[in-house]
Amino acid sequence: MPVIFEKSVPGRRGVRLPECDVPCKGDIPEACRRGRDAELCELSELDVVRHFTELSRRNFGIDTAFYPLGSCTMKYNPKVNEAVAGLDGFVNLHPFLPQLDRGGMFTQGAFQVMYELERLLCEISGMTAFTLHPMAGAHGELTGMMCIAAYHRDRGNRKTEVLIPDEAHGTNPSSAAIAGYRTRPMPTDRRSGMLDVGELEKLVSEETAAIMLTNPNTLGIFNTHIHRIAEIAHRHDALIYYDGANLNAVLGKFRPGDAGVDVMHINLHKTFSTPHGGGGPGAGPVGVRETLEPYLPISRVVKRRDGTYVLNYQYPKSIGYMAPFYGNFLVYLRALAYILVNGKQGLVEVSENAVLNANYVMHGLKDVYALPYDRPCMHEFVLSASRQAENGIRAMDIAKALIDCGFHPPTVYFPLIVKEALMIEPTETESKETLDAFIRAMREIAEKAETAPDEIRAAPQKTSVSRPDEAKAAREMDLCYRG
Amino acid sequence: MSYVANTEAQRKEMLAACGLSSMEELFAAIPEELRPKSFDLLAGKSELEVRSYLSGLARRNYSHLVYFLGGGIYDHYIPAAVDALACRGEFTTSYTPYQPECSQGTLQAIYEYQTQICRLTGMEASNASLYDGGSALCEACHMALAATGRSRIVMDSGINPVYRQMIRTYTANLSIELAEAPLVLGQSSRDNLFSLLNGETAAVILQNPNFFGVVDDHSDIVAHCHEMGVLAVQSVYPIALALVKTPGEIGADIATGEGQSLGLPLGFGGPYLGFMATTRGLVRKMPGRVAGRTVDRNGRESFVLTLQAREQHIRREKATSNICTNQALCALRAHMYLSLVGREGIKEIANLCLAKTAYAMERFRAIPGVEVADCGPAFNEFVVRLSVDAAGLIGRLIDHGIAPGLPLGRFYPGMNEYLLVAVTEKRTKFEIGRLAETVEAVLCQ
Repeated sequence: MPVIFEKSVPGRRGVRLPECDVPCKGDIPEACRRGRDAELCELSELDVVRHFTELSRRNFGIDTAFYPLGSCTMKYNPKVNEAVAGLDGFVNLHPFLPQLDRGGMFTQGAFQVMYELERLLCEISGMTAFTLHPMAGAHGELTGMMCIAAYHRDRGNRKTEVLIPDEAHGTNPSSAAIAGYRTRPMPTDRRSGMLDVGELEKLVSEETAAIMLTNPNTLGIFNTHIHRIAEIAHRHDALIYYDGANLNAVLGKFRPGDAGVDVMHINLHKTFSTPHGGGGPGAGPVGVRETLEPYLPISRVVKRRDGTYVLNYQYPKSIGYMAPFYGNFLVYLRALAYILVNGKQGLVEVSENAVLNANYVMHGLKDVYALPYDRPCMHEFVLSASRQAENGIRAMDIAKALIDCGFHPPTVYFPLIVKEALMIEPTETESKETLDAFIRAMREIAEKAETAPDEIRAAPQKTSVSRPDEAKAAREMDLCYRG
Repeated sequence: MSYVANTEAQRKEMLAACGLSSMEELFAAIPEELRPKSFDLLAGKSELEVRSYLSGLARRNYSHLVYFLGGGIYDHYIPAAVDALACRGEFTTSYTPYQPECSQGTLQAIYEYQTQICRLTGMEASNASLYDGGSALCEACHMALAATGRSRIVMDSGINPVYRQMIRTYTANLSIELAEAPLVLGQSSRDNLFSLLNGETAAVILQNPNFFGVVDDHSDIVAHCHEMGVLAVQSVYPIALALVKTPGEIGADIATGEGQSLGLPLGFGGPYLGFMATTRGLVRKMPGRVAGRTVDRNGRESFVLTLQAREQHIRREKATSNICTNQALCALRAHMYLSLVGREGIKEIANLCLAKTAYAMERFRAIPGVEVADCGPAFNEFVVRLSVDAAGLIGRLIDHGIAPGLPLGRFYPGMNEYLLVAVTEKRTKFEIGRLAETVEAVLCQ
């Protein structure tokens, strides 16, 4: 399919603009003007509509197919969320409005959205206070790590490093590094699949600023020692950072705040169903316990005695501005709709069914694929294609064969501690019929890996492209159309 | 209610297949003492009830004001086709395109978006997007520090004051020095900037048009920076780039900006779109995802995420940035917008902004007691000095359905009488006239 610039026809016009209705022209001096036009394409509106419709047909989405991408929580994104995020009263609201004189009175509805969502996230997580400003999970991690740095600075602690399990998401170490810390990996116990607490005791020291944990971890295993880990950390005045990427497993079953967690983020685009949009926008609100609250970013929404809401900037210990305004408002508005629709019982059902679906698929596959950590899983589990690899069929081959079966592949080659990893997260919104079809496809692929491996290596065959040359892409760096 | 599909009977069947008899057994790994101390939420509501509740909250917002309020976020027109196309589930409900065969739509769109940004900015390589214009500038600082191995950032006074605060936050834990040029309302003061440069300076941060709406030609500043081995970073306003000298033309090393004006609504602060573009020489230091064109094993043109060796999921603590989820759908909207308005359309929009701004300045000049600050050439925003406190005036104009601008006293102490007024192509001659007349009437009261 040609790139859009190849379709351009000189002189063709798309959207029309109004005639100029003022008797002025304005002037930009010659020295400040650009030399020649920006070479944007010249297309009719229909040309553009067809182009993007065609592009959309070359994409898998949750709306089109089962998408068991591990650690990404690809659940159904309810359409009512889109409807409320499209309401004029939210969409056409200028973010500077509440910063004008009396302006807060003109955005009370938006403030109430923020305040209510913060309170709900506190109750769901057991934390004391939330900021909605972080615009993605990694942005939440950075915000949280900066709050931790400010906390230690404030107390005169000289902390230099952050401990992170070896199965953690790559964002953990990079966020800690950008917050100014050295990072040290901690090993996972080979038998339990949990952080090795004995090793942790050896690694933790007065230099430790924080321990970053994901629980359940990326193997889909719940760490029962979290309370003990928090105690060990706190003994050294180190804090516990909880990566909420996998919160979908434990709604109503476990609250990080109850287990000694000091700072955490929640990926609203995972657990709370806001669409991923092909890689964003997301929202990564950060929750803290009381002692960390003074360091949260400004501004914050405060409810006054008369029931009205105001923005408050008077937090002298705050880390400052993480976002230009109040975070991805239209994203977290969707999450509020989702929480209100689900309610208490609904959220519990979310986690129960997410965990049930994962265990069901795991049981349907563990006799044909290696399961390095063979124990009940939470919302996801990690298979290894090690058996198939002996015949030369690797995790990526299995992923590509799944595409021909109409499924989006699981996450492959992550976590790094599992060889030939296939990380599968079905989510609660998938039906038994879909899961059964997926199990059948995975079993057929395992069989073909032995009987007809070339067929697997040839996959995918039903898509517009097959196994693009990534080395060539990195070498040639064709990042911009120059035709 | 939840969005779970399986029936009670199916759940029982599935539990049995796992060798379990109750849902609770699935959570046996969580010991009793770690169970929630509280989970006090309301019962679920129907879609109808939630929609009506949130519609009620939406109605409490004053979203139908006539905006002359900008400050980096502008009320531009969004063609209907942008909304119609961007809400397609194939785009909205997909993840980061890790599997290229399932994601050629997203990947080709990113490649095309990168091309649009390069053509608009005159730069050689763009990434797939960052969170917003402010965090893009913060990432540019990190990039310049890493690329030069130096430790000082110099900020011009015309940078958006919110971005300046963000840069302070983002660099607070690093051993670096931030130097800020003293406030000048007009074009960048060369003397002020040059006096702050030294051998440790990694980058100079500029903005064009600057926060006060003033257009500049920063070529001489960039040349001077390069003589000292300093990188030049320019934050730009994409609509203005239809007319204004580009970061590429002035020789900037990194261009960033807020892409909200390209088809994204005001949305009370987001989601917006941070864009970043650089030279080919610096591309491997650039943060964020990048799509590249290649061929598949049958020689067919294909698109993939590339240069991933810079990224956090490979490089972990040594990555150029921690960014993972970005603003892909917002970048897609920007690409749709630019495709729909096209080469002529974007110039027309920019010229409408320019003309209407000139007209608004003329109308303000005619108001007794009001002075239009002589800052230099304006694009779509300008500063006026009132004879009264700007913040108080605004409150009274909002009662007339007009948001007349941003009071500069919000960010600059001692500038309480100054108002920053923005005019886009959406504002009509009548609305501009009504703004001027209402300001005059309120001042005369």
